[in-house]
Amino acid sequence: MSNIETLILIAVLSLTVIITRGLPFMVFSRKNELPHIVKYLGSVLPSAMTGLLIVYCFKDYNWHEMTEIVPAIIAAASVCGIHLWKKNMILSIFTGTLIYMVLLRIM
Amino acid sequence: MDVRALKAAFPHTTPVMAGYVFLGIAFGLIMISEGAELWVPVVMSLLICSGALEFAAVPFFFMPPDYIGMFFFGLMLNIRHTFYGIPMLEKYADMGKLKPLMIFWLTDETFTISSTIEPPEGVDRNRFYIWISALDYSYWIIGTALGAVCGNLVPFDLAGLDFALTALFIVLFLEQFKGREGVFGGSFGFVLTALSLIVVGKDKMIPLAMVLILAGLLLGRKWIEPTTGSDNGSAANDGSSCGKSEVCDE
Repeated sequence: MSNIETLILIAVLSLTVIITRGLPFMVFSRKNELPHIVKYLGSVLPSAMTGLLIVYCFKDYNWHEMTEIVPAIIAAASVCGIHLWKKNMILSIFTGTLIYMVLLRIM
Repeated sequence: MDVRALKAAFPHTTPVMAGYVFLGIAFGLIMISEGAELWVPVVMSLLICSGALEFAAVPFFFMPPDYIGMFFFGLMLNIRHTFYGIPMLEKYADMGKLKPLMIFWLTDETFTISSTIEPPEGVDRNRFYIWISALDYSYWIIGTALGAVCGNLVPFDLAGLDFALTALFIVLFLEQFKGREGVFGGSFGFVLTALSLIVVGKDKMIPLAMVLILAGLLLGRKWIEPTTGSDNGSAANDGSSCGKSEVCDE
């Protein structure tokens, strides 16, 4: 592709991001007129979308390959355990990541 | 420059730093090894600002361009972002000139952090959220540039560092998993997305999961919403969201 074609392609993809991220702000442009149902969705969607993203993170693992999935499961469980125990976000995240990186290399 | 807001925001972004710099290096390196010029991955990260879409689009930069096809490809891949704005409508309402940029910066990670975390007492709310977004964006750009320029010189084996982002989602999920909204919303999101993955597979799971989540949340509203029962009794219990405006909806 030429430089111009590359730039147009980047612009097209950029536009799709602007549309998908901007849509709710375009539809509900003024704060005081938010319908009650939108406020309700705004209160439940953060946790719902985080639940979605967790599954999304696990979608690319090959579930039949033990050396791939076992480190991820153990590390995810460690993150939960450490976080419920110590309640320290950074500690839970980086300890879990370290456990994952170590298991990935020894399994 | 508001150092207090930066100091308050920075610790929340460190997992994103680990994940984005690592993934950015990987992305920059892939584009260069496929034969792209140095500026291409950097401009992509600057203007697209979506790791998932940029990685998925790599092969399409090395074949005859199909702009229309890529337009719908991008919309489908990032359709989940249309739900991110709804919880942020009020948080971002007074952002002023930076509002368009804040909307553009609403990546998965920035959304999850900013929709969950409240700034500490005495810190300017808007600046706190602006710093979270700006820092996350800068990590992605820096990572991409590093990967493009010197990705093949990285002396360490960093495989697995991107797990920091998975861990970030897990921790924020646990933080959100309280109160009726958090417990029901989180359960619906997790279970219905897992169900979608099992039923239609990873390539088509997101649109189905979004429809199921929306349907579940709307059908279950009666039980999930913390206000007790009646149609017009919501104002009494809903002081936090109605307090600022003179008239409450409904």
